[in-house]
Amino acid sequence: MNKIFEVPLYPYTRSADQDAVTPAHHRVVIVGAGPVGLAAAIDLAQQGIEALVVDENDKVSFGSRAICFAKRTIEIADRLGCGTPLVDKGVQWNIGKVFFDDRKVYDFNLLPEDGHKRPAFINLQQYYFEDYLVKRAREIEAAGAPLELRGGNKVTAVSDRGDHVDLQIDTPEGPYTITADYIIACDGAASPIRSMMGLDFVGRVFEDNFLIADVIMEADFPTERWFWFDPPFNKGQSALLHKQPDGVWRIDLQLGWDIDKAEEKKPENVIPRLKAMLGDDVEFSLEWVSIYTFQCRRMERFRHNRVIFAGDSAHQVSPFGARGANSGLQDTDNLAWKLKLVLEGRAPEALLDSYDAERVHGADENILNSSRSTDFITPKSAISRIFRDAVLDLSEHHAFARPLVNSGRLSMPCTYDGSPLNSPDALASGPARTRPGSPCPDVALGNAFLLDGLGDRFTLLTVNAEAPDSLTEGGIDVARLALTSKDDATGALAARYLGDAPAAVYLIRPDQHVAARFPDYDEDAIRAAIRRATGQEMH
Amino acid sequence: MTADLILTPNMDRPDDIYADLLAAHEGLSKDDSDALNARLILILMNHIGQRSVLAQALAAARAPTGS
Ligand SMILES: Cc1cc2nc3c(=O)[nH]c(=O)nc-3n(C[C@H](O)[C@H](O)[C@H](O)COP(=O)(O)OP(=O)(O)OC[C@H]3O[C@@H](n4cnc5c(N)ncnc54)[C@H](O)[C@@H]3O)c2cc1C
Repeated sequence: MNKIFEVPLYPYTRSADQDAVTPAHHRVVIVGAGPVGLAAAIDLAQQGIEALVVDENDKVSFGSRAICFAKRTIEIADRLGCGTPLVDKGVQWNIGKVFFDDRKVYDFNLLPEDGHKRPAFINLQQYYFEDYLVKRAREIEAAGAPLELRGGNKVTAVSDRGDHVDLQIDTPEGPYTITADYIIACDGAASPIRSMMGLDFVGRVFEDNFLIADVIMEADFPTERWFWFDPPFNKGQSALLHKQPDGVWRIDLQLGWDIDKAEEKKPENVIPRLKAMLGDDVEFSLEWVSIYTFQCRRMERFRHNRVIFAGDSAHQVSPFGARGANSGLQDTDNLAWKLKLVLEGRAPEALLDSYDAERVHGADENILNSSRSTDFITPKSAISRIFRDAVLDLSEHHAFARPLVNSGRLSMPCTYDGSPLNSPDALASGPARTRPGSPCPDVALGNAFLLDGLGDRFTLLTVNAEAPDSLTEGGIDVARLALTSKDDATGALAARYLGDAPAAVYLIRPDQHVAARFPDYDEDAIRAAIRRATGQEMH
Repeated sequence: MTADLILTPNMDRPDDIYADLLAAHEGLSKDDSDALNARLILILMNHIGQRSVLAQALAAARAPTGS
C-alpha cells in the first residue's frame, strides 16, 4: 500500500531555467518545501508575488514530527485558504491528564474560549499538514498564481550580490544557476544555507534522549493528552501519549542521557517498553520509531540582507509545547506582507528589519517556554528534582500547585510588544489582549467570524465609530470593516475590542496583528500609524 | 505598591513555631525531610504570592549577612 509519505508530490522535471543561456531571474526563491516554505510560497503567490520553491526532496516529510497544531496556525492556514481540511482531518482535544508515579494527580480542560472559529489545538501528522499545503499550492497555481514547486533541486551555493542573490542548484541532470531578488531559507534546523553563509546557531542542547514512536492501534484510550512523570513503566523518566488521526498514537518515552541509541531503537527493545506502557493485551504496530535529542537555539539575526531565514533554520525548540512548526508559520505570516510591499516598491527595505525584530522576540519567547518545560521534565540537579516532585505531590491535593506543573506550555501567538511598527496605545481603557502588537482574537459575528474579514491587507476596524470606507496613505490602501457592539450578542466583541471604552478604531496589519488603536477616527494619527506600520516613518 | 519583605521579628511565638518546624521533620529520612522542606517552601511561596517579595526573600536567603 502506498502511504502518503512514499508518494512523490513534486517529482523532479526539467525546467527551462536549466537550459537558459543567462541565469533566469526570480522574485522570491524559497529553499525548502517543509511546512514553513510551503506556507511562505502560498502566502506570496496568492498575493501576486512570484514564488519559486526548490527542495532537494520531492515528498512530504517522513518520520515522527509535528502533531500539535495551534489555533493561530489554523487561522493562518485559513488566510492561506486551507484551514478547513486541516480541521476536518485533525483530532480535536481539550482534556489533559497528568500522572505521577502510579497515580493520576489531576486533569485539566483547555476550555477553549467561545466565539472562535477554530479549536485551541488539533492533532495532525505533519505529513498531512504538508500534503494539504501542497494541494493548496497546486490549486492556486492552477488558478494562475505565480507559484512553482521544483523537487529534486538541491541548493549548493548562495551568494548575496547586494541587489540580488545568485543560487547554484544541483539536480539529477546536473547543476544550473538562477538569480533572485530575495531568498527565504526554509531549509530546516540543519540549514545548509546557514552553514554556507558561515552563520552561527547557538543555544542549549538538552542532555537527554527521547524515544518517539508513532504506533497504530485500536485502543480505547480517550482523545486526551496524557503525560506521566516517573511512571512505573518508565522509572525516573517521563512519558506522553497523544492521539492522531487514522488510529495513530504518538508516544514519547524519555530515556536519559547514557544510552545506546542504535540498541534502543531495535524493535525487540522498543516493543517491550511499549507493552509495559500500553498493557500486554493491546495490539499495535509501529509506524515510526526514532530517538531524538532536543535543543533550543536561534540565529542571532534572521535577516541577512537578501537572504531571510524562517522556521527551523532560524530557530529550534524542544517539542514540549509544540512551538516548532507553529512558530515557523508565524514567521511567514509576519514576513510575506512585508516582502510583498518592499518588492512592489510601496515600503522601504527597512520594513524587513521589523521581521527580524518581531520574530527574534517571538523565538526568544518560544525558547524560554520550551526550555522551562524541558527543565521541569528533566530536572537538571538533585534540588530541582526535589522541587519538581514536590510540585507534583502537591498538585494532587492543592489547586495552587497545578499551574506550576510544566509538561509543555502549548504554543500561543506572540504579541509584538515594543515593535517599531506599533503606534503608542491611544485606547487606554481598551483590553490588554488587543493592545498594539497583539494578534487579533477571533469573534463570532452571527454566522461569520471576524478573522475571516481581516488579513492580506491593512484594515481599519471600527467598533461603534464613524470613519471613511477607505483611505490611502503612502501607497497603502486601507479598507474599513465597520462593526457595532450589536453585531455580537454574546458581548465578546466588546469584551475583546472595547473593554471599558464606548468605541474603538483599530488599524490591523495584513497578518491580523494590531498596529494601532484609537478611541475614535483621528485622520492624522491614523495616517501616521499606517506610515509607521509600513516602515515609512521610524521614530 | 510593592510590599517590602519583613526582616524584623514578626512571629507571634518564635520558640513554639521553631519547635513546630523541627517536630514536623521528626523521624523523617533525609530524603523525606528534603521533600517536606520543598513542599513547605512552595506552600509558603503561594501564600506570599508576590514575585517582588519572594525575590527579596531569595536574595536575603542567598546572602544571609545582608549586602
Ligand atoms: C519529535 C518531534 C515532534 C514535534 N512536534 C511538533 C508539534 O507538535 N508542533 C509543532 O509545531 N512542531 C513540532 N515539531 C517541530 C516541527 O517538526 C518543525 O518545526 C518543522 O518541521 C519545521 O519546518 P520547516 O519548514 O522550517 O523545516 P523542515 O520541515 O525541516 O523542512 C526543511 C526542508 O528543506 C529542504 N532542504 C534542506 N536543505 C536543502 C537544500 N540544500 N536545497 C533544497 N532543499 C533543502 C528539506 O528537504 C526539507 O523539505 C516537532 C519536531 C519533532 C522532531
